[in-house]
Amino acid sequence: MTKRKRFPAARQTILGLIALAAGLSVPVQAQLTVDVTAEGDNELIIAVPALPTPQNTETPAGGTADLGGKISDVIVSDLRSSGLFEPKGRNQVRGISFNEVTAPQFSYWGSTSAAALIQGFVRTNPDGKLTVGCYLYDVALETELTRQGFVVSPRDWRRAAHKCADAIYSRLSGESPFFDSRIAYIAETGPKDNRRKRLAIMDSDGANHRFITNGRATALTPRFSPDYKSIVYLSFLDGNPRIYIYDIGTGRQRLITESSNPTFAPRWSPDGKWILYSMAIAGNTDIYKVSSQGGQPQRLTFSPGIDIGGSFSPDGSRIVFESDRSGSQQLYVMSSNGGNERRISFGGGRYATPEWSPRGDLIAFTKIAGNFRIGVMTPGGGGERLLTNSWQDEAPTWAPNGRVIQYFRTTRGNGRTGIWQVDLTGRNERQLPTPVNGSDPSWGPLLP
Amino acid sequence: MWKYATPLVITSSLVLAGCGQKPPEELPPAPVGTAPEAPPPAPAGPGYAPGSQGDFLANTMSDRILFDTDRFNVDSQDQVILQSQAQWLAQHPNARITIEGHADERGTRDYNLALGERRANAAKNYLASLGVSPSRMTTVSYGKERPEALGSNEAAWAQNRRAVSVVVR
Repeated sequence: MTKRKRFPAARQTILGLIALAAGLSVPVQAQLTVDVTAEGDNELIIAVPALPTPQNTETPAGGTADLGGKISDVIVSDLRSSGLFEPKGRNQVRGISFNEVTAPQFSYWGSTSAAALIQGFVRTNPDGKLTVGCYLYDVALETELTRQGFVVSPRDWRRAAHKCADAIYSRLSGESPFFDSRIAYIAETGPKDNRRKRLAIMDSDGANHRFITNGRATALTPRFSPDYKSIVYLSFLDGNPRIYIYDIGTGRQRLITESSNPTFAPRWSPDGKWILYSMAIAGNTDIYKVSSQGGQPQRLTFSPGIDIGGSFSPDGSRIVFESDRSGSQQLYVMSSNGGNERRISFGGGRYATPEWSPRGDLIAFTKIAGNFRIGVMTPGGGGERLLTNSWQDEAPTWAPNGRVIQYFRTTRGNGRTGIWQVDLTGRNERQLPTPVNGSDPSWGPLLP
Repeated sequence: MWKYATPLVITSSLVLAGCGQKPPEELPPAPVGTAPEAPPPAPAGPGYAPGSQGDFLANTMSDRILFDTDRFNVDSQDQVILQSQAQWLAQHPNARITIEGHADERGTRDYNLALGERRANAAKNYLASLGVSPSRMTTVSYGKERPEALGSNEAAWAQNRRAVSVVVR
């Protein structure tokens, strides 16, 4: 409670300038915003009291009064993790009554350090579902900035919290939401020479963790399908590296191609209709695509080098991939049916594991020049920026809004791994909590 | 890379397993079935059955060849080792092998799987050129997933960039 910051003075003119520039005659009004690219640590202070309930009701996930507190905790955790806000949770601010939710006590909040206030409620409906209300207020202006309501099963209460945090984040930053999303990754245990690697999934904040495979066969490089119904990944199930599609609902899986050749590096097309992968024939690896429903694969590259790690552009028209045809791993872009191949990486060193941003504007990659570092460049190859610097950071994956990049970090010597993430600005680098070591993260899209 | 003290002439009974290797800076754990000292010549002595991996290890120069960073070419030292493997396979016409390709940890996961496949195939192709039927050889890549030397240094990485022939019973 020692840090008392007001939002910077710029807030008093932002909307006014926008309105004037646009020639609008709306009242010139101050408004809360945060800039995701700004330097410094002027995090916006947001009060997030526990969400009250009109009447405490038991649900399969606990009482609604208890859930109101927990939802506040998740909103606080999400907003803090973004690095843009300094949320103050229920143990730092006073509680509110149900009647206050839509009638905030601005005279009180104005006397605190909070520039913004999130209030909400939790209520059970006759059908047993929860309604979670979520309101954002500008404390200085004493106005409501946004309100949203979510109806969820009690066991999905965390999703309501993520959706509320997403609404706040979007309203204040102008960026697309990303908290209500999931991650597939490889959970690692055991010593370096006998590492057990299991497919696992979790929410974007590490909650609702679940192991999918038992670890008897090494699992690698998972990717959630865009509809979250299945996961494509590599397994040594039959002794050889092969790509399988695992159906989360049924627990069944199948090979993506019946070929006896090893297959690697699976990726979905953004519409979920295609799976891009690499296959080695007599030691030569090229990129193929196959319908996610099965069928005849289509070969896309024909070089004698290793062509691997393709990733579709968000509109599905192009593919970025890595190839060592020049003598070392470099990045190339081609059309989604193959052809028109063009090298885009020329910065010295090796470039690997390209991933096209869901916004389309950037490609993330692993740069190998001494250390393994995560970086971004434009699809044309310009504007290269490195975001991390550790001994071995590898395999970037994008948050659904294209503002945060996740990757995994390996510790020199003992080989321990962890999942990390960093903002596109290179700031706010932090490790995601996982129950055991983690690698090969794959961030899915925003949940529907 | 391993160094050999003397020029080698391969004969069918030559036993050189483990001889003249430069000791690694960090000793990997003993691979299962590896003979640390030169065992008695073939045919089978105590400890292994004819046509087994033990027989193979005892009666070839090595079960593996090593590669430079990012490379998959079979150099002259590798050729000598693979020649000894080809001769053993000629003496055991019913034996089949799987060649395991590996990479060191200083590469990205996908690429290393492809690189291991390349290395295993390089060994397979050379053995085939010596007359070993391709139908007796399969390949599998483990990429960087199964390191044998556990350090994070050049010596360990050199040990891990390997193609290992394993007799399949």
